[in-house]
Amino acid sequence: MAEAEFIKGNEAIAMGAIEAGCRFYFGYPITPQNDIPEYMSRHLPDVGGTFIQAESEIASINMLLGASSTGARAMTSSSSPGISLKQEGISYMCGSQIPGVIVNMSRSGPGLGGIDPSQGDYFQATRGGGHGDYRTIVLAPHSVQENYDLTMKAFDLADKYRNPVLILGDALLGQMKEPIRRRKYRKKEFPKDWTMTGAKGREKRLIKSLYLSEGELTDHNWMLNKKYQSMKREIMFETQFMEGAKLVVVAFGSVARILKSTVQMARDRGMKVGLFRPITLFPFPYAALDKISHSIKNFMALELNTGQMLEDLKLSVGHKKNQVDFYGRPPGSIPSPDELFNEIKKIYKKRIG
Amino acid sequence: MKQTFKRPKALVDIPSHFCPGCHHGIIHRLVAECIDLYGVREKTIGVASVGCSVFLYDYFNADVVEAPHGRAPAVATGVKRARPDNFVFTYQGDGDLAAIGTAEIIHAANRGEQITVIFVNNTVFGMTGGQMAPTTMSGQETTTTPFGRDLKTNGFPIKMSELLTELPGSTFVARAAVNNSKNLMKAKKLLKRAFEVQINGEGFSFVEFLSACPTNWKMTPKQATERVQEEMIPYFPLGVFKGGQE
Repeated sequence: MAEAEFIKGNEAIAMGAIEAGCRFYFGYPITPQNDIPEYMSRHLPDVGGTFIQAESEIASINMLLGASSTGARAMTSSSSPGISLKQEGISYMCGSQIPGVIVNMSRSGPGLGGIDPSQGDYFQATRGGGHGDYRTIVLAPHSVQENYDLTMKAFDLADKYRNPVLILGDALLGQMKEPIRRRKYRKKEFPKDWTMTGAKGREKRLIKSLYLSEGELTDHNWMLNKKYQSMKREIMFETQFMEGAKLVVVAFGSVARILKSTVQMARDRGMKVGLFRPITLFPFPYAALDKISHSIKNFMALELNTGQMLEDLKLSVGHKKNQVDFYGRPPGSIPSPDELFNEIKKIYKKRIG
Repeated sequence: MKQTFKRPKALVDIPSHFCPGCHHGIIHRLVAECIDLYGVREKTIGVASVGCSVFLYDYFNADVVEAPHGRAPAVATGVKRARPDNFVFTYQGDGDLAAIGTAEIIHAANRGEQITVIFVNNTVFGMTGGQMAPTTMSGQETTTTPFGRDLKTNGFPIKMSELLTELPGSTFVARAAVNNSKNLMKAKKLLKRAFEVQINGEGFSFVEFLSACPTNWKMTPKQATERVQEEMIPYFPLGVFKGGQE
């Protein structure tokens, strides 16, 4: 096993990308993710890769579209306002079935907002984000180690489904330092019979998202939908203290990380609280939560926003006589484990006694 | 009987959707002739743009990836950086390149990307039905300048070739027209040079083609071709602006 190294969250993403064979990076500076382009600009040349600081977020995503269309592993990263600008390109990539990894170390909005951690981009990430009926796989790490591991996984998933994969972190996950262990990426092979390489000794290929003939686009959308449905096999989640739990707190990313301390505090005080942490936000672990709701009736979503994942939680468990409560913390400050404990205690008292 | 004229290998044998008198077909043919001439068809990756030119993916017998509106130079950047040995070209109209895609073309040129850009300037948004383009001439009536383009409120027709010439990153910049056989022969020469610039690894090459759009100009093909000569060429002068013959 590799020795532990003390690494910043953003850098772990860049390291994971290079280990997974990412050789092209396109980006535009925006806080709080600048360590990613900075790391890539320094280290990609060592492995024969290409770094371009693009003129805009829009250019970056389209360079990604171009590089990925040749079958190369490529990435762009940004933060919330920049991700908004990339949505056009993401929609085209989905429509054209072009893979690619897009990192959103999100900050706070709306508008210029601020640079605090936020989970306000949950809807944008999980509902497609741009125009048209499409989805991207969304991975939500909650530690620096997971930043590294999930970035590697993102490249495999992107190639497997020929679809963009979004990594949704935030300022906290990008800026904090933690010990991580590197591991060797095990290369997987995916079909490359669609890539732009020049029509040498074969028929020409076309990558497009425009379908004008009658019925063509209907079929294309159903085909894409079938693909999005098939992504369910990639669902990942983590649970803690579920045995005998009377209240399940549901959270992702940085807030889930804080909650791990909180739930321990609750258990120490004899409160039967469990933690459910979705790791894939799309596809969302609806079925797993539904199953849990057969034996546990009380749920509580905690998010760094005013209630977005809450809707998916309600879609999972809200159809029965379950209680779904919510605590939201819009950007501006990060809740401590104690603060979250107090919020959970209120709900626990109200629902369980 | 000896065959003296035939379809270039780089073009597919299907009817085009272009209107009668449109110059896109001629420009497509010139590009295809150059692909054949330099033997790069099997190495070519075309980047289609948005507008009437998008269907080049049906007409060219080569790999093509479609770009969002205006973004072709950024897409081509990604393609060319990943596959430096391929021949990569974009083919864009004036709405695409000179309006929504202004940032992408300027920065691709300024980075000296080793791509070839074919810019078709017909002073109007063609596919969307004849709205004002950034290259629409002073006084020209379009569906969004029904009283003619007023320079005071709509600004000036933009000269992209002149603009890109000023950038230190561009290698070859030229403007051509295909309105008569003399200009057509010159255009072919300029396009050949643009191809050579990429094939020789000299840098970024750009050819602007003045093109007729009889449908949206509400003219006959003959009138439209005459307009290229009488109105467009005086404002958009032809020739090499930068980086002539090696």
